[in-house]
Amino acid sequence: MSDQPSPQSLRTEAIETLLIEKNLLTSAAIDTVLTTFSEQVGPMNGAKLVARAWVDARFKARLLEDATTIVQEYGFEGGQVDKLIVKACTESVHHVVVCTLCSCYPWAVLGLPPRWYKDPGYRSRIVREPRKVLTEMGLSLPETTSIKVWDSSAEIRYMVLPLRPAGTEALDETALAELITRDAMIGVAAIETPS
Amino acid sequence: MSDLGLQGETAPPMRNGEMVFEAPWQNRLFGIAQAMCEQGFFDQDTFRVYLIRAIAQWEAEHLGRTDQVYAYFDCFQVALTQLLHDTALIDANALAHRELELKARPHGHDHNHDHNHNHGHGHGHGHGHDH
Repeated sequence: MSDQPSPQSLRTEAIETLLIEKNLLTSAAIDTVLTTFSEQVGPMNGAKLVARAWVDARFKARLLEDATTIVQEYGFEGGQVDKLIVKACTESVHHVVVCTLCSCYPWAVLGLPPRWYKDPGYRSRIVREPRKVLTEMGLSLPETTSIKVWDSSAEIRYMVLPLRPAGTEALDETALAELITRDAMIGVAAIETPS
Repeated sequence: MSDLGLQGETAPPMRNGEMVFEAPWQNRLFGIAQAMCEQGFFDQDTFRVYLIRAIAQWEAEHLGRTDQVYAYFDCFQVALTQLLHDTALIDANALAHRELELKARPHGHDHNHDHNHNHGHGHGHGHGHDH
């Protein structure tokens, strides 16, 4: 293999160096952005909200009523949450999130989106045949459970409040938060009962 | 599931924190776009329009082809390049000239984002603006 960088790598470096030379950007500013998204923003923010909602019915009611305000109260960084709506799964209704146009995603609570979230196949098929896609992703729902698909946009982001698994009655909020996965908050996985 | 790429190498992870940047330039590109957006050179909705257009173009060009791996960040790069051009922040000729300069560097030069940066492949990939 050649050590020659890829055309995409060259272009990225060309863009960066030109912007820096024009004093429009600094390397430090880019580093700060990347550090923020890799370390300070992540699915654990969403997990905190879910765990709290599981143990506090009043908080859950507020979260479902006005998640945008709660995110502001928590001071989560990451932007991209002009309006956040949380959809709570029940035994009879399961929720799943997609962005059919591109990859709108609630960064402040879920961090950066997974690669498959941007895949054209996921974006189109989860709308057409959600049950089949979820099954393929490892989530088999009973036929009695209906599925609602929520299409994110630049204005409205969605997050799923998954069902609390059985056998977690003795766990406190912190321990519960550790069980919660990003995929469950997108709606493509269930929370496993801890072994 | 053949066209969705959710199995095998691209299967969704079972835990949080998936590394979705496949190359350092993708991470860097995302950082550039997000930083420019945060500093007010363009807003996320504008970038989103460019990204949607780039993705739609990619999908149209690859319609029915299953041998192509979805190149999200290629689309991202097309979108950012076009936006920087349209907003007169970067001239197309200057960009082409710089690319040639970078390409002509001596072999082994300490240049390449693919080699010498450690920009934290966080979870998720990103793109930022939701684009």
